[in-house]
Amino acid sequence: MSVDTATVRRIAGLARIAITDDEAARLAPELGNILDWIEQLGEVDTAGVEPMTAVIPNHLRLRDDVVTDGGVRDKVLANAPQAEHGFFTVPKVIE
Amino acid sequence: MTALTDLGIAAIRNGVRDGDFSAREVAEAFNAAVAAAKPLNAFLVETPDHALAAADAADQARAAGETLRPMAGVPIGMKDLFCTKGVPTTAASHILEGFTPEYESTVSQNLWNAGAGMLGKLNLDQFAMGSSNETSYFGNVISPWRRNDGGNAPLAPGGSSGGSSSAVAARIAPGATGTDTGGSIRQPAAFVGISGIKPTYGRCSRWGTIAFASSLDQAGPMARDVRDCAIMLEAMAGFDAKDATSLDLPVPNWEGQLNASLAGKRVGIPKEYRVDGMPAEIEALWQQGIAWLKDAGAEIVDVSLPHTRYALPAYYIIAPAEASSNLARYDGVRYGLRDLPDGANLQEMYARTRAKGFGDEVKRRILIGTYVLSAGFYDAYYTQAQKVRTLIARDFERAWEVCDVLLTPTAPSAAFALGEKSADPLAMYLNDVFTVPSSLAGLPAMSVPGGVDASGLPLGLQVIGKPLDEQGVLNAALAIEERAGFTARPAKWW
Repeated sequence: MSVDTATVRRIAGLARIAITDDEAARLAPELGNILDWIEQLGEVDTAGVEPMTAVIPNHLRLRDDVVTDGGVRDKVLANAPQAEHGFFTVPKVIE
Repeated sequence: MTALTDLGIAAIRNGVRDGDFSAREVAEAFNAAVAAAKPLNAFLVETPDHALAAADAADQARAAGETLRPMAGVPIGMKDLFCTKGVPTTAASHILEGFTPEYESTVSQNLWNAGAGMLGKLNLDQFAMGSSNETSYFGNVISPWRRNDGGNAPLAPGGSSGGSSSAVAARIAPGATGTDTGGSIRQPAAFVGISGIKPTYGRCSRWGTIAFASSLDQAGPMARDVRDCAIMLEAMAGFDAKDATSLDLPVPNWEGQLNASLAGKRVGIPKEYRVDGMPAEIEALWQQGIAWLKDAGAEIVDVSLPHTRYALPAYYIIAPAEASSNLARYDGVRYGLRDLPDGANLQEMYARTRAKGFGDEVKRRILIGTYVLSAGFYDAYYTQAQKVRTLIARDFERAWEVCDVLLTPTAPSAAFALGEKSADPLAMYLNDVFTVPSSLAGLPAMSVPGGVDASGLPLGLQVIGKPLDEQGVLNAALAIEERAGFTARPAKWW
């Protein structure tokens, strides 16, 4: 599977990682090599095999439907790069 | 008298309990050793006051005649993947530089509850992605070991728990936490001649541990010997309602049931672990390990794990896929780095923050993960990998019909030099060939030192066990440890 720079740009866009033309050119063969190598999984006969969902048999627990958390607004905001008036702050998204 | 820093976890616990020395003396000795070991670059943050406070609590409890807690007076190193309240936690990344958690991870809290103190936060591969500790934003960790060729090439301490392995091997910490997603406890332990165990998936809570690949991530101890690992794992493990995959089971008394007699036990030798290009010394050590376990009373049986060769490619789909999802949270909004040039919009802020904040290997894995999960490729890659994972787990289940534990080498080579493999991501990935299959199956697995190679570097043997049978793993590892008589240690140069 060869990966071209347009594909690298599309994937980087999906992953929200800015990349330069130089980086795209460097990453294309790198990702291509890795994808070539994982292609070999295609040769395994998996007909009738269920995909793994849990490695150790374990059932999901239910807990009482009560509030167990909250009231820690300032702690939640303590590491924010920018916070104002008790909220996270981001660039304007609506004109 | 033996230097206090030469003592392991059990010896420190017993010595403090018996009044041979105070916990404060121990903490002071290790704090000084940590402060003097900067060239190893093992610690990102030093927390001598934390270690001293825990030590003083242990000394006061003893003076008051109280029963001491299981790790009272034992100072440890904490991999910087565990959130520690009020102490910076970075996952060795730029994007989390300056992040100071407002909460404590369950595993670290369990250790403090057991009386342990913290010497500091340990360096690692960035977001635990790497096998050599060369992807840390804060520089490589250097192994305390050197080859005996006089060349003094700086060697990799393994990864991703490279700060942990380097610190324990250098005797600047008697034990350290590690995390293991595809071998990140076992491979570094093997590279530096110490012991480390990854328990069954779900034994240790993942709450407050920075996530890499959630279906694989497990915490575990790294320490000088098997008993020390048993003590520390008992303190770390336990049910936690805050982790949906935490196992609601009591924590066994692993230390109390240590038993190196393997009479009646069957040890499986998987033929698929004999890989091309493996050094003859590793094959020889494996044979030696088989002889040791026979000597301990075990019956040796040949087994086959036919899908072994597909474990690594499956892992390098599943782990990056989960990572691409887990690392989506680093967006410059809630914590960590933000890169917002004048006039940039929200999408540009996300993309620039992530471009600046993630290292090359982390970006590579996010991109691979995004690719294999993208529309049109999901079934061919991700679903197929999860089916292969089922087959790998089934291989192990069949093996358990004829054996109780498996014995393999831990890694296909001794420690390599820094820079030797970092140019080729695939060559680096192949280092995990023996550790990844048991990770995919969620099984307990341990590395224990077996000997040294011609260059004088440690080699490890791996014991893999049935689900929840950490005891069987620890006991087989103990049988090896007693017979290997591994006493080699790195000469101090730092």
